[in-house]
Parts: sequence; C-alpha cells; structure tokens
Amino acid sequence: MIAELGLAALWLAAALAALQLVAGALAVWRGGEESGGELAGLIRPAAIVQGVLCVFSFAMLVWLFVRTDLSVKLVAMNSHSDKPLIFKIAGSWGNHEGSMLLWITVMSAAGALIAFVERRLPERTMQATLAAQSFVALGFYAFLLLSSNPFERLPTPAVEGNGLNPLLQDIGLAFHPPTLYLGYVGLSVAFSFAVGALITRQVTPEFARAMRPWVLGAWIFLTVGITAGSYWAYYELGWGGWWFWDPVENASLMPWLAATALLHSASVLAARDALRAWTIMLGVVAFSMSMIGTFLVRSGILTSVHAFAVDPERGSFILGLLVIYIGGALAVFGLRAGSVAEGEKFSAVSREGALVVNNVLLSAILGVVLLGTLYPLLTEAMGVRVSVGPPYFDPVGTVFVVPMLLAMMVGPLLRWRGDRLERVRKPALIALVCLAGGLAVAIALRAGVLSTIGLALSAGLAVASVMPLRGRSLRRLPIATWGMVIAHLGIAVALFGMASERAFNKEELAAIKVGETATVGPWSVKLAAVDPVAGANWTAIEAVMQASYAGGKPVELHPQARSFWSPPQETTESALATRWNGQLYAVLGKAADSERWQVRLWWKPFVTLIWYGGLMIALGGLLALIGRVREDLRRRIVQRKAGERRAEAVP
Amino acid sequence: MSAVKAKHQRLILVVIALVALVAAGVIASWALRNQASYFYVPSQFVEDPPAPGQAIRLGGMVEANSIKTQSDGVTIDFVVGDGDARVPVRYSGIVPDLFVEGSGVVAEGKMQSDGTFVADNLLAKHDENYVPRELQDMNDQHKKAAVAETTI
Repeated sequence: MIAELGLAALWLAAALAALQLVAGALAVWRGGEESGGELAGLIRPAAIVQGVLCVFSFAMLVWLFVRTDLSVKLVAMNSHSDKPLIFKIAGSWGNHEGSMLLWITVMSAAGALIAFVERRLPERTMQATLAAQSFVALGFYAFLLLSSNPFERLPTPAVEGNGLNPLLQDIGLAFHPPTLYLGYVGLSVAFSFAVGALITRQVTPEFARAMRPWVLGAWIFLTVGITAGSYWAYYELGWGGWWFWDPVENASLMPWLAATALLHSASVLAARDALRAWTIMLGVVAFSMSMIGTFLVRSGILTSVHAFAVDPERGSFILGLLVIYIGGALAVFGLRAGSVAEGEKFSAVSREGALVVNNVLLSAILGVVLLGTLYPLLTEAMGVRVSVGPPYFDPVGTVFVVPMLLAMMVGPLLRWRGDRLERVRKPALIALVCLAGGLAVAIALRAGVLSTIGLALSAGLAVASVMPLRGRSLRRLPIATWGMVIAHLGIAVALFGMASERAFNKEELAAIKVGETATVGPWSVKLAAVDPVAGANWTAIEAVMQASYAGGKPVELHPQARSFWSPPQETTESALATRWNGQLYAVLGKAADSERWQVRLWWKPFVTLIWYGGLMIALGGLLALIGRVREDLRRRIVQRKAGERRAEAVP
Repeated sequence: MSAVKAKHQRLILVVIALVALVAAGVIASWALRNQASYFYVPSQFVEDPPAPGQAIRLGGMVEANSIKTQSDGVTIDFVVGDGDARVPVRYSGIVPDLFVEGSGVVAEGKMQSDGTFVADNLLAKHDENYVPRELQDMNDQHKKAAVAETTI
C-alpha cells in the first residue's frame, strides 16, 4: 500500500507538471497576467502541490526502507534487515532509482518554493520561469516513471535483501548526496530563471537580484556537498587522498565552477546592468553541467564507485533529455540573445572589469575540466583507451587558477564603474609582499613547484581578502560584504591546506609485529594489539595503535579491516588522529606473515584546512544570502510604508 | 576608455573570452596528449613498451604462483599475463582484498629506466557490478578468457 501511494503521488505530480507547463506556456503566449486568464492562476498552485506530492512520495520510499519491505524490488536489491537504521534511511538514496527520486523531489520542491515566495519578477517572466521548470521536471518524471520506477513490486517478496554496498554504509551517505543534490538540482532554478527571462526578454538588474539568492542557495549546498564528499572519500577509501579527479568528482566540480561564475556575473548585472547575455548563458550552462554530471554518473558510461549499475537504456534516456534541454535552451538563447537589449559598458579597471576576468578564467577552468573528463570517451570512440588523472588536471588547472587568484586579490578592492590602480596600490603591495614571503618560505622548505605556487598564492590571497575591511567601520559593513571576505579567505585557507598536504605529506609503509613501533614524520606509532571485533553486519580485524606526537602523550587509534557479509565485501576503515597542525592517518593492511602486520601511515600537515576552507566558503555564501534577503525584506517594508503613506495622503 | 563604444567593448570582451578559451583548449589538448595514461594489455606492452616515466595502466591476469613478497613484508613482485606475453610488476603497499593469483588486475604505474614496471596503485575486482569500460570488450579483441575476467 505504501509503495502504491508513493507511486500514485509521483504520477499525480507528473500530471501537475504537465498542467503547469501547458498553463504557463499559454499564459506567456497570450501575454501577461490579465489575458492569461484563469489558466495563469493555476501555475503557482500547480507548482506548490507538485512539490508537496514529490516530498510525500520520497517520504514513502524512505518509510519502505525503514520497514525493510522486501516485496519492493528496490528495497530487496539494496537493503537488508540487519542494517543499522541510519543506513536503512540513507540507503533509500544510495541506489539509482532512489537517487533519481531524490533528484526530482529536490527539483519540484525548488519549483514549489519559487512559486511560493518569488514576487519580485514581472508576472509574465515568472510564468515562463515556472513553465520552464516544469518542462525540465517532466523529462525527469518520464525517466523515473518509465525506466527507473523506485516503487516496483516483486512478484514474490524476497526472503532477505541484498544489502547496501559497504563503502556506502557510512554516515557520509546520510549527508553527502542530499546536500550535493540540493546544490546540483537547485541550479535548475537558475536555468529556469534564465530561460524565463530570455523568453520575455526581461534581463534586468531586478532580474539578477531576484535570481541571485536562489543561485546562492544552490551554490552553498553544492559547496558543502563537494567538501563533505571530499572528506568522505578521504577517510573511507583508505588511500589517503582527498581528491582523485574521478569523473564523478569532476561532475560535481563543473556545476560549481559555472555557478561561481554565475554568482559573480549576476553581481555585475545587479549592480551595473552589464553582462546581460553572458549571465543568462551561465545560468543555462550551470544546470547543463549538473545534467551532464548526472548523465556521466548514472549512465555507467564511466567507471566509478558512483555508477550504481550499467544500463545502456537509462544512459540513452538521460542523453536524450540532455540533448532536448541543453539544445533547447541554447536554441532559445541563440534566437533571443541578440534581441536582449545591450547592457551598460564599463571601464577595464573597475570591479566589474575584475569580475569579467574572473568569469573568463572560471570558464576556461571549466573547459579544461570538461575536456579532461570527456577525453577518455572521445578516444574510446577511436579505439584508444586512456584515463586522465592528476598529471593532466593539476598543471593545466594551475595555469588558469593562478591568474584567477591574482585577479581575486585585487578585484574586491576596486570600485564599481571605474577606478584608478594608484588608489589600490598600497593594499595590493602589502598582499604582494605576503605572496613573496610565502614564496620564499616555500622555496626554503623545498616544496614542489605546484605546492610552492599554492603556498605563495594562499599567503597573498589570505591578506588580500581581508583588505576590503581596511578603513571601514566593521559594525556598519553590510553582511554580504562580510560574506565575500569570508568566502575569499576560505579559498586561501583551503588552498593552503592543499598545498601543504601536497608538499609536506609523509608516508610510511611497514610490516611490524605487535609491540613494535613505526615512525612517520614527528609521530611514533606503536602497534599495541590486533584483535577481532564484530558489528551489526560485519566482522573486522582491529588494530590498537598508540600514536605519540613528538614524544607527547599517546592517543589511541583503532583502524580496522572489515568484512561485510551482505553483500560480501571487504573495506578498510582508516583511523585519524587530528591535531591543530594536521592529521595522522592510519590504515591496517593484511598479515605480512605469521607475526607481522602491514600498516600504512600518513602524516598530513594542515590537511584539515582543506575542508575548513570549504566550509568557510559555504559560510561566506550563507552570510551573503542572509544579507541579500534582509536587504530585500527591508526594501519591501519601505515600499509598503511608502504605499500606506500615499494612501493616507489621499483620503 | 570612454571613447570605446558599447558595441565595440562587447566585441573586445568576446574576443578576449574566445582567446582565453582557445588557449585553454590548446593547452588542455597538448597536455592530454602527453599526460593521459594509456591502457595496455601485456602483449601490447611487450610489443611496444611505453617510455620510462610515462604513466600507464596495465590490465591482465595475475599469473599463478607468481606473487612473491619481499622480506620487508610490504613489497610484492608478480607477473601480469594475457596468455601471450608476461610483464613483471613490482608494487609496494597494501594490496586490494580480491588481488589473488589467477584473477584480474589493473596496475597503474610507470616503467622505470631500469626496465621494471612499478605500480603505485592496484585495482582488483571488488564488486561484479563495477566492470571498467576498458575491459568490457577485451574478450572480442583478444579472445583471451583470462583477460576477459579482469574486472575492477
């Protein structure tokens, strides 16, 4: 019954999406709210009810997983009655069908939210936006209902479920996919806004101000999702790395790059009424990158832990959707972009000039990542098998990241409209001195080329990013400006973590007996015991290690080699000892012989700053969002009061 | 700057953006040609050995009785074969759980100047759902059941 309710809700939501599309298209075609008539009145309610139905449907799926209803195929394939509750819940999106249901739920919830709260845009643009949103949603409803029904029943209920991939049985699964999806799919709002504004040709600063909080919201979730995913991969996979340039990681990085560019170009549009067509283009590109990512991940065309199953039918379905939506949006762009009135021009030395540099370079980085990700597919078509990894991404990315960060050091100091470089000479010089200092220190410490560049830039950027606070009253600084400062500082912090990990990482691989000690960097790690332990659905060999930093008080670590039995798979559970200045990372291997155990240890100075930096970036975004929303609310109150006063003045 | 018309400025911007993107494309494709790691099976490897220092992926079967653990307990030597050719491989580290003799492996690493192939990562079959694309149609190409079983 629960499964049928969920499925019915999903069909109903799809029908409402169709209604929303038809009503929206008719209303836009007839032009404006008056002539749109009764149909136009249906659009917002349809979007809201559709969102509610999807959330209900998703809740039903979670409920099925919680109850471990083995008559449902998806549950039987991916869950197990012995699994801890949190993984039963998280397991509902740890598979293809469930994750696509989460996707469509987030998408329709975002649509419902804009229908509910967004009142700033001209009504006709809003109708076009909601029509676009439902048009995109319809494709994914079709995909879900026709080829990946999550509520399918088994002819006879299974006796026991297959269980969840043990790599996914981690608390990370509870947070990483939902946050990432909120970001990924939240960008559909930017896409719909862009298409809506294109259709009605209303690309104005007001439009940018209306779109910006939605992009910011999606971007914050995307940032948190990527950061969480990186940390998860770091401790779960046991390889001691935090970014692998896996196609799936790139699939989340690409929308982030596009959304970051979009945020900055929307600022230019909002403040200076320039970069109109470019902002629209980025809105289209950002969500296109989300869809390309979904295609890469879900089609199984590339190998990855994230590819749940290889199914060519699904791949071609998503590819079809991709062609329709991206191609359609680009066609509308091509037809309409020329007729969008041209924006203001501006001088090169100005805030907007620096933001253009930022946009161009972010786009170049996006192109580099996209090319590297798709290259194996291109060569495979010609019969050559390759894989592209860090040797490509690291240096080529650096070529474009360096000038971008240099522009980022100066840009926030410049004024809108036009400025003189002499005015910012002093703060820029201070930042450059710090950069040179970082460079000298890094060279003295013999960091590698890329690490040296990273360390120097992070020093310069850290100082430059707080420079906009100079000479201003901190109390009266707008929250959004604080947001910018913190986000930029977060980039510097994360960059320092990355460069430090790369430069000063120490690794030790040894086979030692119980009672013996291995050393890595300043740590000495004693293997105190190796014992068998058991959990709810696994058994493990667990090592007890006493790790002492520079002869200090030892901390105990418990790395494990786990064996799950459903499905049968072995995983390594690393153990971490965190200090302010870095992390010790310990992995237990196999028995080398009758007495010795393999252990692998890493000392990673300041590695945690990578994720703290990521969180700072997200926090900066959050502050900017709060600032923007507050500004908007204030303006509304002022407008309302002015209206009341006018009403009083005319009795 | 004020002498530049809005239309011209737009044109200049477009040109700058294009130049940056073309530069990105050129640098990227140059780097891809040099830095992409190519996939080899042992017979290709023996026929046309990769240059020392070039990152490659070698896929095949771990030959029976070929795994030898060195006295340090963490370095192993083994042979990857596909029935025609055999390539000795050295690896230091914790091997994946399903890395056993007679099953498939993909070794990522580099040829050293002294002619040994040193792997810095081993990918063994850990779940039948995850078959790398590069090994899917190997059966047709090489008709080697051995290699066909190779999965990550």
